[in-house]
Amino acid sequence: MAFSDTLNTSKSASSLRSSARRKRSQAQFIRWLLLFAGGIAMIMPIIFMLSTSFKYPFEVYNLNLIPEEPTIENYTYVLEDGRFFGWFTNSLFIATITTICNVLFDSLVGYVLCKYTFPGRYIIFIAILSTLMIPTEMLVIPWYLMSSTFGWLDTYWGIMFPGLMTAFGTFLMKQFFETVPDDFLEAARIDGLNELQIWWTVAMPLVRPALAALAIFVFLGNWTAFIWPLIVTNSQEMYTLPVGLTTFSVEAQVEWELIMTGAAISTIPTLIVFLVFQRYIIRGVVMAGLKG
Amino acid sequence: MGIYKRLSISQKQIVWAWGLLAIPIVFYVVVRFYPTANAILLSFQEWNLLGSRNWTGFDNYVKLFSDPTFWKVFGNTFLYLILGTPSSLLLAFVIAFHLDKLRFMHGTIRALYFLPFMTSAVAMAWVWRWFYQPVPIGVFNNTLATFGIPQIPFLNSTTFALPSILAPAIWAGLGFQVIIFMAGLRAIPQTYYEAARIDGISAWETLTEITIPLLKPTIVFLVVFSSIGFLRIFDQVFNMTTNDPGGPLNSTKPLVLMIYDTAFNSFDMGYAAAQTVVLFTVLLVVSLLQLRVMRDK
Repeated sequence: MAFSDTLNTSKSASSLRSSARRKRSQAQFIRWLLLFAGGIAMIMPIIFMLSTSFKYPFEVYNLNLIPEEPTIENYTYVLEDGRFFGWFTNSLFIATITTICNVLFDSLVGYVLCKYTFPGRYIIFIAILSTLMIPTEMLVIPWYLMSSTFGWLDTYWGIMFPGLMTAFGTFLMKQFFETVPDDFLEAARIDGLNELQIWWTVAMPLVRPALAALAIFVFLGNWTAFIWPLIVTNSQEMYTLPVGLTTFSVEAQVEWELIMTGAAISTIPTLIVFLVFQRYIIRGVVMAGLKG
Repeated sequence: MGIYKRLSISQKQIVWAWGLLAIPIVFYVVVRFYPTANAILLSFQEWNLLGSRNWTGFDNYVKLFSDPTFWKVFGNTFLYLILGTPSSLLLAFVIAFHLDKLRFMHGTIRALYFLPFMTSAVAMAWVWRWFYQPVPIGVFNNTLATFGIPQIPFLNSTTFALPSILAPAIWAGLGFQVIIFMAGLRAIPQTYYEAARIDGISAWETLTEITIPLLKPTIVFLVVFSSIGFLRIFDQVFNMTTNDPGGPLNSTKPLVLMIYDTAFNSFDMGYAAAQTVVLFTVLLVVSLLQLRVMRDK
């Protein structure tokens, strides 16, 4: 009697436990399903954009995602227009140069502010940090005046100069140079390296993940930048991709397949970059978000 | 060179530091501080780009605060903030909270949510604009029509246009917030949850008593970061309302678009500068509130 009792209770306990486990795994499955569905919904605008860019006009108003008669005619049309190629190379050039400048200067300033003791260090740090508070929109008018005085309107330099250094990048790099032990730098100094060499050959390689994060942010920011390029450029040849896309789309009016093709051309490069460097990018976002 | 060799190590450091900082200091003075001062100065002047800059005292501000368009625009800007920040944060938190508990295809799903962050606001504004078109063009209204639901005049109505423009902005920023929230959730020590389980605390109480209080720094950061973003909204509005910028009837016009119009369509530089000073002040207040909240913890 006693024996069967314990047997029964243990049996019911184990069945209880397994039913609880089943419930939990059911809950997990529902959770997965909802999150997955939400994730698919998140990329639907991108999917629709890509799908429509491969459609003939007559098919644009169908909601099917896979075109019945796929075509690359929209792409040949947009590329034959010629302007897109120019806008694309403008954006690529500007974003690349700005990224290089930021990686060099922000890390140099961050390094100096982190590793040197000199009078005025704190004031300079606070001064640079305070520029984080100044919104771009407040500066566009003075930048425009400056550009028109010096003849920088409608030039690459005019588009680039406001973003060559950023307080955000400087602060981010300073945070990361804190993790570089001073002994390493001291050892290099004893080995007879000069200060620039120490920065470049000893300190920089140790903060490579932070440099990658900074590079991604700056590149993305400049690739998608809109308001300043819109203001500083006049001629279509100098437009960046976002500004060009606006002009192109206004012209195209109701030819949505062409607009979607233009949008796809300006989006695909960053999507590819993301798919290739996904892990680094997400890690970089977390680092920049939490430390910056 | 001889002088340099005679310096002590700490003196050499000072020389190096100022030497390396020379170019950046010039940059920050010329491209950040001088323009800021110039914008503030210009806000007390009248100038149409061609003539001379005339001192007008507070005229621009008086004009601005008695301009009904400004108050409409100011209201819109706050509407973007008040609708955008809570809804995007709540969504992002719910997604992050559940995604954090998921192992299967965790990375893929995370990537799906993050992908929109990598897109260009201008390109996506046009995609969404297409979605919002009336039947038979737009995806949303086509879908509504399939189910026999009445059409929504998304971008053509003074009530729907602002939320319609806000949607792609929330959509694009959501992935970033999810990632930051997940990092915040990971940083909470597991022992708190174990203790809660032993004490038999309910899941809801665990959430409100442990998770959310410990996430406070993350929440504050995201509130400020996204608030500043919504207060500065421009790309989406400009591209989704090109035939009537900020329309219909100024119902979607944010402060930055008003600044752009005043400065580069009306060439009323002083008046535009006064508007930028207002924007700057608003952003400053939001950031200072953050510091206040952070210190209270």
